[in-house]
Amino acid sequence: MAIEQAEKALTPSEYITHHLTFNSQPVGDGSFWMLNYDSFIMSVLLGVVVMGLIWWVARGATAGVPSKGQAFVELIFSFVDDQVKNIFHGNRHSFIAPTALTVFLWVLAMNAMDFLPVDVMHHFVYAPLGLEHWRSVPTSDINTTFALALAVWFLMIFFSIKVKGFGGWIHELFYTPFGTKFWVLPLNFLFNLIEYVSKPLSHSLRLFGNMYAGEVIFLLLGMWAATGISGTIFGAILGAGWSIFHILIVALQAFIFMMLTVVYLSMAHESH
Amino acid sequence: MNINFTLIAQAIAFAVLIWFTVKFVWPPLLSAIETRQKEIADGLAAAQEGRSALDVAAKKSEATLAEAKQKASEIIGQAEKRGSQIVEEAKDNARTEGERILAGAKAEIDQEVNRAKEGLRSQVSALAIAGAEKILRKEIDAKAHSEMLSKLAAEL
Repeated sequence: MAIEQAEKALTPSEYITHHLTFNSQPVGDGSFWMLNYDSFIMSVLLGVVVMGLIWWVARGATAGVPSKGQAFVELIFSFVDDQVKNIFHGNRHSFIAPTALTVFLWVLAMNAMDFLPVDVMHHFVYAPLGLEHWRSVPTSDINTTFALALAVWFLMIFFSIKVKGFGGWIHELFYTPFGTKFWVLPLNFLFNLIEYVSKPLSHSLRLFGNMYAGEVIFLLLGMWAATGISGTIFGAILGAGWSIFHILIVALQAFIFMMLTVVYLSMAHESH
Repeated sequence: MNINFTLIAQAIAFAVLIWFTVKFVWPPLLSAIETRQKEIADGLAAAQEGRSALDVAAKKSEATLAEAKQKASEIIGQAEKRGSQIVEEAKDNARTEGERILAGAKAEIDQEVNRAKEGLRSQVSALAIAGAEKILRKEIDAKAHSEMLSKLAAEL
């Protein structure tokens, strides 16, 4: 990558900007009608591959002695199912648990794209394909994380209304958590409003922030590697260290995102 | 960093993935795992049942064995009793039979004795007659006898 840097003679800010620019194409008029093709294609591709693999195993699942692949899938299945069982008390198998599995595996796969070395991928894969800008990690795109969090948010409201009825939901907005005295009703509503706004924001920004920061640190280390031989050595060592540490972050953030999804959806099922 | 149409596209992708998982991925895995769990639970229960059945069978066999032993000793006792009874009976029978035979023999002997006596008696009379005849023949004296006879005849 040092050679690439030297050839193109990029300044550090140009290098970082280059790597943090989405492959954004207009799909209509106005600044909103843009589609980040890199985020969308990478995430759909990962979703298809990961869930397709799981489906392939699940389709041939046997109640007898499981194959190694099935045992592995069942391990993930039981892990997610146990988490959901501890939080959600209801018929989790109809929706909540499969949703949790989807969220966990999909987010994990998208986060794991952070392990792809940015410059190598650009130099050998994306650039030859004619893609000047292509970001590998869909979860370092606020659109992706916010889309997931917002979908969960809508599901939250949907289940609130489904379980408690529309009246029950409105009642809950005004009568919890501080009590039913007349003068605390506006306070209750304000509190719930803040909660409803903060939930999707914290849900999405936590994941986005972690993955974005991880990517930026890789870029900074890559930049350091461009400064000379000692920079290359230390950059490589630190890059390896950060990659190893990042395994934890990738898995942890996927887990946290799944747990919050389950917690929010099960909170929507409970009456206060 | 801008919010754009990607948000909607990703939300749709998310919804499709959830639908796919709910519909096609979760149910077969769940059913496979639950079926296996049930099979294992059934197997364990069956093993437990088998173990208790074995205990019951062991107890039963022990009881049967004890009963059989008791019965055998009873039978042996009975057989011994019966055996001695038979021996006693045989002794009694032998004794009575012996007595009967003895009595028969005695009676026969008596009979034989009587018969011999009768024979002897008849022979004794014949002998007496023969003896008498011999004596008479020797003692006969024609003169005396003719005198006696002439006297007898004279008396007539």
